[in-house]
Amino acid sequence: MSETVKHTLLFVAVGVLLLLEGTTTGLGIFSGSWNSALTILNMGLISAIMALGVNLQWGFAGLFNVGIMGFTALGGLAVVLTAMPATPGAWSAGGGRILLALVLGALTIAAAIMAYRKLAAGLTRVLGMIVLLVVGFFLFRVVLDPGVDAVESINPALAGNIGGLGLPVLLAWPVGGLLAAGAAWVIGKTALGLRSDYLAIATLGIAEIILSVLKNEDWLSRGVKNVVGLPRPLPYEVDLQNDPGFVASAANWGFDPTTASTLYVKLGYALLFTAVLLVLLWMAQMALKSPWGRMMRAIRDNEIAARAMGKDVTRRHLQIFILGSAICGIAGAMMTTLDSQLTPGTYNPLRFTFLIWVMVIVGGSGNNFGAVLGGILVWFLWIKVEPLGIMLIELATSGMAEDSWPRGHLLESAAHMRLFTMGLILLLMLRFNPRGLIPEK
Amino acid sequence: MDVLNALVALSNFVLIPGIAYGSQLALGALGVTLIYGILRFSNFAHGDTMAFGTMVTILFTWWFQSMGISAGPLPTALLALPIGIVATMGLVVVTDRAVYRFYRAQKAKPVIFVMASLGVMFMINGLVRFIIGPGDQRFADGERFIIKARTFKQMTGLDEGLAIKTSQGITVVTAIIVVALLFWFLNKTRTGKSMRAYSDNEDLALLSGINPERVVTITWLIVAALATIAGTLYGLDKSFKPFTYFQLLLPIFAAAIVGGLGSPLGAIAGGFVIAMSEVTVTYAWKKVAGYLLPESLAPDGLAQLLSTDYKFAVSFAILVVVLLFKPTGIFKGKAV
Amino acid sequence: MSEPFLIGDAMTGGYGKGPDILHECTIAVNPGEIAVIVGPNGAGKSTAMKAVFGMLNVRSGAVRLGGEDITALSPQDRVIKGMGFVPQTSNIFTSMTVEENLEMGAFIRTDDFSDTMEQVYHLFPILKEKRNQAAGELSGGQRQQVAVGRALMTKPKVLMLDEPTAGVSPIVMDELFDRIIEVSRTGLPILMVEQNAKQALEIADKGYVLVQGRNAYSGTGQELLADPEVRKSFLGG
Repeated sequence: MSETVKHTLLFVAVGVLLLLEGTTTGLGIFSGSWNSALTILNMGLISAIMALGVNLQWGFAGLFNVGIMGFTALGGLAVVLTAMPATPGAWSAGGGRILLALVLGALTIAAAIMAYRKLAAGLTRVLGMIVLLVVGFFLFRVVLDPGVDAVESINPALAGNIGGLGLPVLLAWPVGGLLAAGAAWVIGKTALGLRSDYLAIATLGIAEIILSVLKNEDWLSRGVKNVVGLPRPLPYEVDLQNDPGFVASAANWGFDPTTASTLYVKLGYALLFTAVLLVLLWMAQMALKSPWGRMMRAIRDNEIAARAMGKDVTRRHLQIFILGSAICGIAGAMMTTLDSQLTPGTYNPLRFTFLIWVMVIVGGSGNNFGAVLGGILVWFLWIKVEPLGIMLIELATSGMAEDSWPRGHLLESAAHMRLFTMGLILLLMLRFNPRGLIPEK
Repeated sequence: MDVLNALVALSNFVLIPGIAYGSQLALGALGVTLIYGILRFSNFAHGDTMAFGTMVTILFTWWFQSMGISAGPLPTALLALPIGIVATMGLVVVTDRAVYRFYRAQKAKPVIFVMASLGVMFMINGLVRFIIGPGDQRFADGERFIIKARTFKQMTGLDEGLAIKTSQGITVVTAIIVVALLFWFLNKTRTGKSMRAYSDNEDLALLSGINPERVVTITWLIVAALATIAGTLYGLDKSFKPFTYFQLLLPIFAAAIVGGLGSPLGAIAGGFVIAMSEVTVTYAWKKVAGYLLPESLAPDGLAQLLSTDYKFAVSFAILVVVLLFKPTGIFKGKAV
Repeated sequence: MSEPFLIGDAMTGGYGKGPDILHECTIAVNPGEIAVIVGPNGAGKSTAMKAVFGMLNVRSGAVRLGGEDITALSPQDRVIKGMGFVPQTSNIFTSMTVEENLEMGAFIRTDDFSDTMEQVYHLFPILKEKRNQAAGELSGGQRQQVAVGRALMTKPKVLMLDEPTAGVSPIVMDELFDRIIEVSRTGLPILMVEQNAKQALEIADKGYVLVQGRNAYSGTGQELLADPEVRKSFLGG
């Protein structure tokens, strides 16, 4: 069997899994609902895009990014900032102050960098920088705090945040990419060129910080109060159900209006996401085959030789790190759009960072198609490990009384087995098939 | 009098919690730095190893409590701690045999080890949640305070109280004992010296007849003990929640890097640097300032530099500064 | 002539699965002797020594120590058999004290090694003076003394030195050679690779000139120094 056939069959297999999910309730793990199949597919597509971004960094350049959650969350923030309408009165109350404070903060850091570059090394420079930063920080807080208070006191039950620009939501996707790229630039500048472990730790840190900003800066993202009712690119189900034309054609297909409207919207998202995925995949393939991609892989395989040939390795790494993170940002924006809400409290590194890594490793690092396959397949498993685990435990404890303690405890805890299973899958792949299902050519 | 009051308030809210937290971080960072020095990778499973050891300790603490066994004024957890350590030793040795040894034989790149440690992290994390659940667990018992704030006020006649929690006292005493033992072991015993030799120059250590597998196993055993002790002390002082332990990774890594990865002394220094900065930056200075400054200058707000929610930002900022200006850390670690 | 104490006999081989670097190369040393391997850059001098120590694949030929065939042993096992090896670079534990370096040298010994340590200190008095200092803080020449001392701690039956004078000043080099002669006087056979061919051959009982992995000339140090061919091609006239 040729490689291509094998790889095509793998994709077909994933398709079959989704089809089974849509059609049958057999085997205990499939739900037999098209609704559920499409939900899995949509998140699978988003996961595939994230995996594509991480694969760019890891597969092409060997960069180890464990801050995917942060970039994803920034993408989510972009949706709020781009697509939400501005909260009435927020800008006049304190928005200007906040903006000014942010500019002041940026200026402080710029000034510190200037001081570092211009002054001669020594105690003066260190003291100067410290004084600059401390004074800058207090100025920043003095300007910022009243603005924040003012904004947060506007209708706190429903708003209390600055709102957004009220632009079309699809525009938020590239904006999400830009935000993530900006954060990646800062991290890359700091940690690239050092040992690979350092980049890992630095990205782990920035992700936590981005998240704590999202959770605590209510004026920006409403924090744990969540931003709900984000605009979306597709019609609302209710509107569809009230549209006689839609109801009629749904009846034609043999669906009741409620189901039809949900499926219609989900299918719409699936198409949108597939389009984005295909564009990004095409771009990633082009990049991989271009001289730039070859150079990247040459650097990954032998950094010393590449350096000796005069390649600016750190700069190349910075480029690809920013690109990969931007893709994660786009995916994050797409995910928030799909959910129509930003819920900073639900971001969790195990789910948003490490799971993506499992996808990349399982799919095949260094191969874009592998990343896509891994993204959808592992997402499917992530969803299905739980019912599977419950089924197994029920089977194992079937001898016990219905209400016995171990049985109850086990069933209650079955949900946590998915982390265990994902870890096991990662370790097994790494050990026995480190090149993944669709290996690099 | 005001100066004394300010000093007491400072000790009560900044110094004592900072020292206790610093000791916990230092013990955690020691584990990370030892693994780095001997096995040459950053162990992302360390936070979850701590959680596992603490979990076993908690389960046995509960069992002891149900049997009426207690350590008097001290927390029962101290009695269960050795069992937790032994269980964790078993866990890490099994993981090493099942996972890491294969890559050692392959002489795999450090990043592959890190990746494998991610897998291990997932599995331990799942295991811990499976057994004890994802929620908050309290298991401290015995006397709660060594000195109560009110007793201190009565004793000294000051307005400010000084409270020292038993858990804080135990943390510091245990940390001192553990660190002293560790340094004695590394610097005075033949096995300890062979570990340092292996960390310093692997090839030459092999030429000298040092058995690498033995060194690696002993390292894991020590790390298991350190992780369990650090985790239990942290749990006694605050509370136990699996996810919190995972999140401790960041300050622990920051501590190890600030001190210089691979340097045990650095890990301890780093632990205190991180802990103190975290506590100082997130403390509301209003009270202390109120005592020290004349009334007209006293701050209106809380005089808090950053809200406590940003404590990770502090570790991170220090980490970034160190990476930018001195990537080898304070005590010249191995890695650049 | 009887079999030499240590002999790498007609060794052919290379690193891993790579091409052969050595071709039928023979190197031997007897108790009380200093044998020196010299030759132009890339002649396979260090490779020949590494072959004797088991760090590369010897595809044909054999290595024998005291009459026993040790061709199949790993470097670690050869250390236990009594071979002391001082690598060219990173040959000390920089973060450990001088004394700890020596202790680590004696790691495989289970008996009391304090008198061996005294002997080493007697041989290298400067080390005794600096024994509580980190080895990485010492000067180049002193580091080499630590490295040799570490290898001596196993009480080896043969000592092998890979370019012990690389990167040290001429004065230090002379001193190091004096020390090496002293070690040799204790009866310990010494096999040494040297870049400074002239000085090395002056103290050598036996010299091997390698060219492209083959024995080009061999003889006593004096013979080689006197040989016009050797003088012309390797010793700069």
